[in-house]
Amino acid sequence: MPTQDDTAYHRAADHRAAHHRTPVPWWLPVPAVVGGLFVVVPVLAMVGRVDWTSFVALVTSPASTTALGLSLGTAAAATGVAFVLGYPLAVLFARSTSRWVGVLRALVLLPLVLPPVVGGLALLAAFGRLGVLGALLDEHGLRIAFTTTAVVMAQVFVSMPFLVSSIEGSLRTGGDRAERIAATLGAGPTRTFLTVTTPRVLPGITAGLVLCGARALGEFGATLTFAGSLQGVTRTLPLEVYLQREVDPDTAVALALVLVVVALVVIGTTTLRTRPVVA
Amino acid sequence: MSADTGGLRAHVVVPARGVDVRLAIDPDECVALVGPNGAGKSTVVEALAGLLRMRAGSVVLGGRDLTAVPTHRRRVGLVAQRPDLFAHRTVAGNVAFGPRATGASGREARHRSAAALAAVGASGLADRSPTTLSGGQAQRVAVARALATAPALLLLDEPTTALDVDARAEVRDALRTARAGRPTLLVTHDPLEAVALADRIVVLQDGRVVEQGATDAVLRRPCTPFSASFSGLVLVPGTATATGIAPDGGGELASATHAVPPGRRVVAAVHPTAARISGAGAGLARVVTGVEPRDGLVRVRAGDLVADVTVARAAALGVAPGVPVRITVDPDEVAVYDPEDA
Repeated sequence: MPTQDDTAYHRAADHRAAHHRTPVPWWLPVPAVVGGLFVVVPVLAMVGRVDWTSFVALVTSPASTTALGLSLGTAAAATGVAFVLGYPLAVLFARSTSRWVGVLRALVLLPLVLPPVVGGLALLAAFGRLGVLGALLDEHGLRIAFTTTAVVMAQVFVSMPFLVSSIEGSLRTGGDRAERIAATLGAGPTRTFLTVTTPRVLPGITAGLVLCGARALGEFGATLTFAGSLQGVTRTLPLEVYLQREVDPDTAVALALVLVVVALVVIGTTTLRTRPVVA
Repeated sequence: MSADTGGLRAHVVVPARGVDVRLAIDPDECVALVGPNGAGKSTVVEALAGLLRMRAGSVVLGGRDLTAVPTHRRRVGLVAQRPDLFAHRTVAGNVAFGPRATGASGREARHRSAAALAAVGASGLADRSPTTLSGGQAQRVAVARALATAPALLLLDEPTTALDVDARAEVRDALRTARAGRPTLLVTHDPLEAVALADRIVVLQDGRVVEQGATDAVLRRPCTPFSASFSGLVLVPGTATATGIAPDGGGELASATHAVPPGRRVVAAVHPTAARISGAGAGLARVVTGVEPRDGLVRVRAGDLVADVTVARAAALGVAPGVPVRITVDPDEVAVYDPEDA
């Protein structure tokens, strides 16, 4: 995650310039290199298996483009919803001094460590046709489970904690001195929130949105459980990849590569955004 | 006294921090709030700004009861130790923030921003980013930012503590402009700053006011150990004599400005650099109780007396705890007074 503090960047840059080095144990590079390779090698291996002659045809097939479109659309929607709900949550977490907030935070951040399938089951229990809220909505003719809305909800469920914790971290590192000053200057809470707090934690928001979007894009378990796998409705790219793996491995690998490229673009844009600050 | 004419009248009660302070500041008065760390100075500032909820007490500013008014409607300007400029705005944008927040039009806000920057001599910085400013420049901009809102009360919470000597002088000039025409509370550890800005000094200790008076009087004739050390003096308790004071530790010190009838309980304010130490001869007989380095000198504590001597002199005398010495003080440097009268 990128650091938010400009001065921290400069300090890091200064250290590099002065060739300050903290010695590391001689054996440390061994597990480090193994760890790096462990991540890189499988991805490269997969790229090596892509059938380039049919690649374009495979990824532009109707099923593929539909799945890709659905994935991008739902991930974008989920990121938007997560921001609208998660940002205020992060602010409350960062500002509140109540000890119950600790408990609440642990509960809200639960999806970070919960298997997504469990999240899907939980969503079904609440919003499924027989669920607590689902039954209520059903009476009003609203069905959520196994719709595109359900896909977005599943993605929000698993990805919002990334956004919340990223923004909260950013809020906490800055403290609230700027907000207090703004109040003495006559700015009410809303103005302070919009024109002081938000610009101040913008790097944290950006990082949170990227993490959240990436997680939403890759969502699989909760989506499958809560939304199913209906082509054009709930079958996002990861589900399509999983499905094609059984019938057409070449398509699966090609689509997987698309996901890798999207992920690289996401990571690339955020690191490029922060690089010039270091230089 | 001042409640209905624009001044401040406050009774700050924060039991959680052991603070119970009554404070009155006239409309055009600057009061320096001094005291040891943890005395409750910042608590008073936060309470006046509305940043800290008070359990009891009241804050009345210009006849307006602010006790239950939230910070952003109090019109109380605050300049703290760190400038805390908004990093994402230009200097001019920082200063225009207050006017904008309180309903001024963009034009009006720019106008007031320019006027406030000019008042602190920072017009040339208007288009700069806060991250490119020096400490002194940033703090001057912070002063301008507080001024631009035309605060009815100005709170200066150690505004120059984090700055180097040159920057302090620069910011002090800006503060002198800022304090004019409004009640101002200055929290400081710097006697020079109190002299330069404050009409009156209020000494806080353990959350209570223990001493107050005109700046000059408190600095020249301090009554508490803290205010004495604030102006670099040492208080020697004793009994008034015909020519000066008979310290409780024994002997007699003559005073040139002496006016207290003999027999009264008094203190003598002595600056440690005015005290001379010798190994034998005239002077008060004392035994050294402590030796410590002090700004290039050696501070010698000998019971109730303290003397600052050069390192060479200390070495020549061989001062160390337990060594007997004689101490003399020029009568011109001894101020004898009754702390109850001061």
